[in-house]
Amino acid sequence: MSLVYILVFPGFLFLSISGMFLEYVDRKLYAKMQNRVGPPWFQPFADFVKLLAKENLVPGKGKKIMFRILPFFALAAIATSIIYIPVWGTNALFSFNGDIIVVLYLLSIPTLTFFLAGYSSQSLFSLIGAVRTLTQFFAYEVPLFLAFLSAALLAGSWSISDISAFYNHNHWYWLFNIIGFGVSMVALLGKLEKVPFDIPEAETEIVGGTFTEYSGKLLAMFRLAIDIEVVVCAALVAAVFLPFGMDLHPALVFVLFIVKVLFIVALLSLLRTVFARLRIDQMVDFCWKYIAPLSFLQLIVNIIVQGIKI
Amino acid sequence: MEKIVIPIGPQHPALKEPESFRVILEGEKIVGVSLRLGYNHRGIEKACEERTYVQDLYLIERVCGICSHSHSTCFIQAVEEIAGIEVPKRALYLRTLVGELERIHSHLLWLGVAGHEIGFDTLFMYSWRDREIIMDILADLTGNRVNYGINAYGGVKRDVSKEHLQKILKAMDTLEERTKYYVKVATEEITLIKRLSGVGRLTKADVEALDAVGPVARASGVDRDVRRDDPYAAYGEVEFKVITVDNEDVYGRTLVRVGELMESYSIIRQVINNLPDGPINVRVPRKIPAGEAFSRYEAPRGEDVHYVKANGSDKPERVKLRAPTLANIKPMLKMLENYNLADLPIIIAAIDPCFSCTDRTISIKKLDTGSSEIMDWKSLRQYSIDWYRRKGIKF
Repeated sequence: MSLVYILVFPGFLFLSISGMFLEYVDRKLYAKMQNRVGPPWFQPFADFVKLLAKENLVPGKGKKIMFRILPFFALAAIATSIIYIPVWGTNALFSFNGDIIVVLYLLSIPTLTFFLAGYSSQSLFSLIGAVRTLTQFFAYEVPLFLAFLSAALLAGSWSISDISAFYNHNHWYWLFNIIGFGVSMVALLGKLEKVPFDIPEAETEIVGGTFTEYSGKLLAMFRLAIDIEVVVCAALVAAVFLPFGMDLHPALVFVLFIVKVLFIVALLSLLRTVFARLRIDQMVDFCWKYIAPLSFLQLIVNIIVQGIKI
Repeated sequence: MEKIVIPIGPQHPALKEPESFRVILEGEKIVGVSLRLGYNHRGIEKACEERTYVQDLYLIERVCGICSHSHSTCFIQAVEEIAGIEVPKRALYLRTLVGELERIHSHLLWLGVAGHEIGFDTLFMYSWRDREIIMDILADLTGNRVNYGINAYGGVKRDVSKEHLQKILKAMDTLEERTKYYVKVATEEITLIKRLSGVGRLTKADVEALDAVGPVARASGVDRDVRRDDPYAAYGEVEFKVITVDNEDVYGRTLVRVGELMESYSIIRQVINNLPDGPINVRVPRKIPAGEAFSRYEAPRGEDVHYVKANGSDKPERVKLRAPTLANIKPMLKMLENYNLADLPIIIAAIDPCFSCTDRTISIKKLDTGSSEIMDWKSLRQYSIDWYRRKGIKF
């Protein structure tokens, strides 16, 4: 049974399909907001299949083994994290006290593989992209962690399932986490490398950034990992910051879960429609000057609320 | 920090045309740029000397895909000056009309490209959608979306009808409203301002020293516009402002271009309202008398200059043209110094480069021996035939 959980639902198959579906939703919304027609629903699937059919090109100077295994590493890390995130209720597949830390670290692994992938490619554009990935990583990761951990602090548990259950029982407590929700959305733009923070893959500057040298199946794996990352990140935000209606019938909760994820993806699409890409120094400035202090403010608010509550 | 050299071009997503930049980076900072022109050389000047004036007109129009009317008008003005032809007034007005429509479509195109370079694709999609309106008008008016072919020696080829003019006036209202929205975006959108202001600085002194032209010069506060300083076509009879700002950066260049859009709408309205009646062209002999002339034209990208020398036959003796991009290339290299790699695409885009217009001469440099030679038209043609033969392509 756990094999079904891991491979089918809410594991790998579900994640892949929903990841591609969300990519379609994102692209379609982005297109609609820009007065374009946008792709048909099967476009992400078609892209994936097409990439799978292409040959793998490994750069001659690149580190060949690393270059080949990194996409799978990213995919595995990101697919693993879903087993700790509740999808059809307040209970995840597995949970233990501290799993929020594990999930946040699992979510950091793809970013690190992007860096290593760029480094292993040994091409100039990839190298610059890799360095930018890492620079950006240091800017958004701290606020992201603080936002999630503040919410955990208020809930008094470091397990995502318990946090979810806590906010579900204490309906109005989620209002205290509004700042955290905003911070995590901005940090997610950085994590998912979307405009205005798509600096590591700014095509007009450094071609494809980290992925310049990737092609064929390996690129398809990276693309899939990024798609799944969207689902997992959105699911995590939904579980922690949008805890409504979790005690209904599991099927209804699942529908609600999809609605929440769609809402988050729509918000991300909107943000990337209305902004221009920042420069890396401006991005770091912005994160440390505004986003990090805001997440500290969230932490202080939650500590105070926690004190009053008891 | 170690210096690295990265190649931007000849093929690169930031460049719409092949041109090679070798950028020396220190981290993300640009410490030096070397440029190699010549990837788009088509030998147009030489080709003009081999063809008749009538054929040349079509060839010159194809110097640039965006400002095709600019080049053809500039060339035709020089030839008409040598031949001493008085062009009917209605024709001059129509040339002005097409010229301004072209400026609008070029500036809207630029706005989109600039948006794309800084990762603001929404602006790109919006302004290119609006550009379609102009393209449709041009297709209606001249029969073509680009390379309009409306100019003819002694006037223009096609007349306009009342319906056309009404349609254009209506479109101007729509576009004016949209442009006001872009002005609002440009002055309020915070990421846009952050990316554009202070980037690619070029002081007024630099402009004077390096001879920048067009919007690049006007964005540094240099009040220079051929339309006003040396009026041609119908520009002497219309009222318009020359937009200048003192920002001296990419943001200023954006403001100048958006401002010029508004002026173009007003010029078009005046041209349509004051359009004189009368013939649209006069007959011009095929053989142009000996003489030489120099013609200036304010293309959307800046001052375009053509020189024509006639020898009394039906073919010109010499044609020389200098596209505005060539004048702006040296200032561009100056602008790039000490900015980030991330600023490079937008700084290059800010001069609105048109490299295929720019490549005029080519000298063949042999990389192994370092010797260089200049080829004439015949040997260049022979070289290309041989080159393809060697590749096994027969024609």
